[in-house]
Parts: sequence; structure tokens; C-alpha cells
Amino acid sequence: MNRNYWQPGYETMPREELRELQLARLRDTVARVYAKVPIYRERMDKAGVRPEDIRTLDDIRRLPFTVKQDLRDTYPYGMFACDMTDVVRLHASSGTTGKQIVVGYTKRDLEVWDNLIARQLVAAGVGSDDFIHVAFGYGLFTGGFGLHGGAQLVGATVIPVSTGNTARQLTIMQDFGSTAICATPSYALYLAEEAEKAGIADKLKLRVGIFGAEPWTEEMRRQIEARLHIKAFDIYGLTEVMGPGVSYECSDQKGMHVSEDHFIIEIIDPDTGEPVPDGTPGEIVFTSLTKKAFPVIRYRTRDIGTVNREPCPCGRTFARMSKPKGRTDDMLIIRGVNVFPSQIETVLINLGYPPNYQIIVDRVNSLDTFEVKVELTDDNFDDSVAALARKERTITEAMRSLLGIGPKITLVNPRSLTRSEGKAVRVIDRRKLHD
Amino acid sequence: MAVKQLSVFIENRPGTLVEVTEILAAADIDIRALSLAETPDYGILRLIVDKTERACEAVRASGRTVTVNHMVGVRICDRPGGLSAALRLLAGKGFEVEYMYAFLSEKENEAEVVLRVKGSSEDRAAAEKALAEGGFDLIV
Ligand SMILES: [Zn+2]
Repeated sequence: MNRNYWQPGYETMPREELRELQLARLRDTVARVYAKVPIYRERMDKAGVRPEDIRTLDDIRRLPFTVKQDLRDTYPYGMFACDMTDVVRLHASSGTTGKQIVVGYTKRDLEVWDNLIARQLVAAGVGSDDFIHVAFGYGLFTGGFGLHGGAQLVGATVIPVSTGNTARQLTIMQDFGSTAICATPSYALYLAEEAEKAGIADKLKLRVGIFGAEPWTEEMRRQIEARLHIKAFDIYGLTEVMGPGVSYECSDQKGMHVSEDHFIIEIIDPDTGEPVPDGTPGEIVFTSLTKKAFPVIRYRTRDIGTVNREPCPCGRTFARMSKPKGRTDDMLIIRGVNVFPSQIETVLINLGYPPNYQIIVDRVNSLDTFEVKVELTDDNFDDSVAALARKERTITEAMRSLLGIGPKITLVNPRSLTRSEGKAVRVIDRRKLHD
Repeated sequence: MAVKQLSVFIENRPGTLVEVTEILAAADIDIRALSLAETPDYGILRLIVDKTERACEAVRASGRTVTVNHMVGVRICDRPGGLSAALRLLAGKGFEVEYMYAFLSEKENEAEVVLRVKGSSEDRAAAEKALAEGGFDLIV
């Protein structure tokens, strides 16, 4: 039986052995950052913990957390743990909410990264016969080059098409015979729409897609699968920790296996920093175990998710993390109610609207206003004003029953909301302007 | 039977109406009649044109939401009471008119009225039948 493993020795390693490996690698990493990275040493000294205090895996809790601001404060190279001569690649994450951050990789880091990506491609059934259409951005963003390296390693034919120029992407897909696609889910849906418009959606050879780099829902997965006629797999990663390749879905698709030989996952209560029991939602925290250039210790991702350490039918022993419910950053608090954009998306897809929406929050007379722009497709367009008003009310009420708060719905033209050859703009929070 | 009406969803921002009329002009479409239903947030522009399908494609290609509906069309003598006779007949038979608008016919002393009857296409067909039996001249 083909279990689609890339490195079965690690992916199915007995948990006891895996924990020993983790502990050895953790001790090594902690010793290295203590010696080489001043901010880690200062924090550990302040917390009164020394590298030799890490005797069991549970001792990781004695280590201080790392947050994104630390990466900004030490910009550009203050958290690198090796000589810059050994760094062979830099990537950066965009500075939409402040100064950008930069991360680095040694040759060995890149080898590890390629193998981690290869694991997720092979788990999705992608192999050397495939033509992989990499529609993640190439450049400082980790998506393009990350997937590229792994795809090459499994021996597939890589098509490094990057983002943009959708018409050309479709031509390439048709002419080059792309069988697998890597992209953000919102761009995959956009491609599907454009392919349908061009009448070629069922002429493509695509059979599988690997999607990540932005939050998406199960409903969106079903749409992508139905419209592109593919099986869609979820991957997870973030620039600060590695880029794509941190966790990946197997064919069972009940959570993403964390490559625990390279990362330790913890779930904590974001308010207290204390661990929560398996299965309880909390903030996802990662510690890298093998990275040489840019190790991270207890990095707080601000993603909210759960972890499941039950055995998986696929035979992998790695713990599985849930699809992040949303980022703590993305979570909106509107009139005291927690709102995740993914919940809005779920309602829209269930009611037959495109998952392309925009949430606009503002404050008028010290009261929060909550508006959702929804694209009105021809199928949903009814010529009568009364019928459209009914549709708006239906959406509002469906959202109210899920969230406890009902937005004002504004219908807009199809494909008119900012869309995303990279990432979609889902939230406009104008309240900050008034603070 | 019935008159084809093109409906265009109009976002509430300046210039959209003009844009639609320009798109139609560029596609060589002759507008015979139009009516705009407005709410504070959006509008629905309803048009009777000479080439409905072509107009629909042109507007859709500009990224707007469109739909084509079949309407009841009836010719009314341009004299007092002409319209109310038709409406009275429909109301008497239990039809509800959702909206309507009129435009001048090419013939003298005659107006053309398009109206949307609430309900399904069967209701529309029944309304047309009732008008025809009542002696009204339907636009086909
Ligand atoms: Zn599995």
C-alpha cells in the first residue's frame, strides 16, 4: 500500500524515539542561540534559565516566548545564529503592519526546507510525473521559492510561473499541461472563475492543488475542488518559522501533520501563556529544532488552532494541527463580539455567494459599525428591489445567528473587490483612525 | 410572446449610470425605454433595447451584474383611462403588478407599457392571456 511518504524513517518514527530526537535537537538549538544570539541570552538570563536546565521536553516551558516585535526590533540580522558567510538565502515578510522582518537560510537549512516541502507534495500524491504550476509569488515571499525547491527535489517538472497575468497563467496551464498547482486559495478561486469564463475549466489537466499562505475554510476547499476538478490539500507555514513546510495534510485530511522532527508545536492560552489541553483552541507556538541561520524559540504565531496527538490512519506519527481558525490579529472585536473573517466566508459560501468579501468596521458616535460587502453574481441577481432586500436580510440573519451580531450587507458588482493575485484584502478597520 | 427587459445592477457611486449608457452606445445598442429603481445603497436599471442579448453581453463584460427578464408588454391608446383599464383588468383577476413603466410607441396616439407581474413565468403568461382576452393589444 502506497502511503505517500517522502521520509518514512522520520514521518512514521515511533513517538518515544521522536521525543528523544526532539529533546536532543532542542538542547542543541537552545545552547546555540544562547551562545550566538544576544536577545535570547538576555531573555534567558532574565528568566533565570540556562541551556543545561533543559533536561526534558517539558522544560521548554521555562524558555521565554518570542514575538514578532522581537524580530522587528533586531532587524535585519540581530536574531541570526550563524556567520553571515554561511547564509545563502534571505527572505522577508512584507511590512503591512509595521517594519518588515528578514530571515535567512544556510545551505543545510535549504536542504531541510526542500525535504519538508517534498513531504507535503508526496503526501498530496504529487510525484516525478507531475507538472507543478507554482503560482505563489517568487521573490522575498517564501511561497514561490519554498515550493519550487521541494517540487524539484521530488523530481517533478516545475513551472515557476509566480503570480500575476492570469490570462497567461491559463494559457500556460493548458499548453504546458500543468497537473498540480500551488497557490493561495483566493487566487485559485480567481483562476477557476477566469478559466470558467474562458470555457477551459474542464479542459485543464490539473488533478491536485496545494494551497496555503492565507486562512481558508472547508467550504472554500469544496468550491476549489468542484470548480477546478482537483483534490485540494492544505499546507501551513510562516516566514518567521520557515515558510511553507511546517505542517501538511495527508490523504486523510483531518488536520495537518507538523514535521515534529524539525519543530515543536505548543498550544497556549494567549492571555496567560499557559499550555492548554490537546483539542482546546489556543495560540499556536513553534520552536525550530534544526534551523541554523534563523532558529526560533517558542515563537508566538498569533494563529489560533488546536493540536491532536491521536494516531492517524495514514501511519504518520506526527501530531496534527487544525486549520488555523484565524489569526489573533485577524480577529475583530465588534461591539464586544469576536468575529473571524473565516466565519463570514462560511456563511457566504453556504448561501451561494462568492467567498470574496470585504469587512468594513468603523466607529460612528462611539458605536462600532459592521458592514460586509458581498459580490452579487448574475445567478443571485433578482430584478426586483424587494427581492434584493430579502437577500440582504437573509445574509444578515445567517451571520447574526453564527456570530451573534448582524452586519449591514452591501451588494457590489462581481469581481469588483480587491482581488488578490497575492493575498486578499478582507478587512478594513477604520476604527484605528479615530483612536 | 413577451418583451425582453435587461436589468443592470447599479452600484451607488457617481458615474455608473453614464458608464452603462456609454457601454450600450459603444455596442451600437438603441435604448427604447428605461427606468431606474433606486434604494439608498444601489439601483436597478431596467432597459428595453433593440438587441437585448448583445446589450446583456456588453454590460456583463464590463463586470456588472445583469439579468434578462420577460415582461408583459401592452399597447395602450394615448387617451385618458387607457392605462387604468388594463390595470383594472389585471387587478380584477388577482394579478399583482410589481412595477411598470411606459414609453411612446412609434405609432401616433399610442403608448407602450411594460409591466412585471408578481410570480412565476406561468403567472406572466396567464396575465398576457387575460389582457389579450380583454381586447388589449400585446407587444410580441
Ligand atoms: Zn495522516
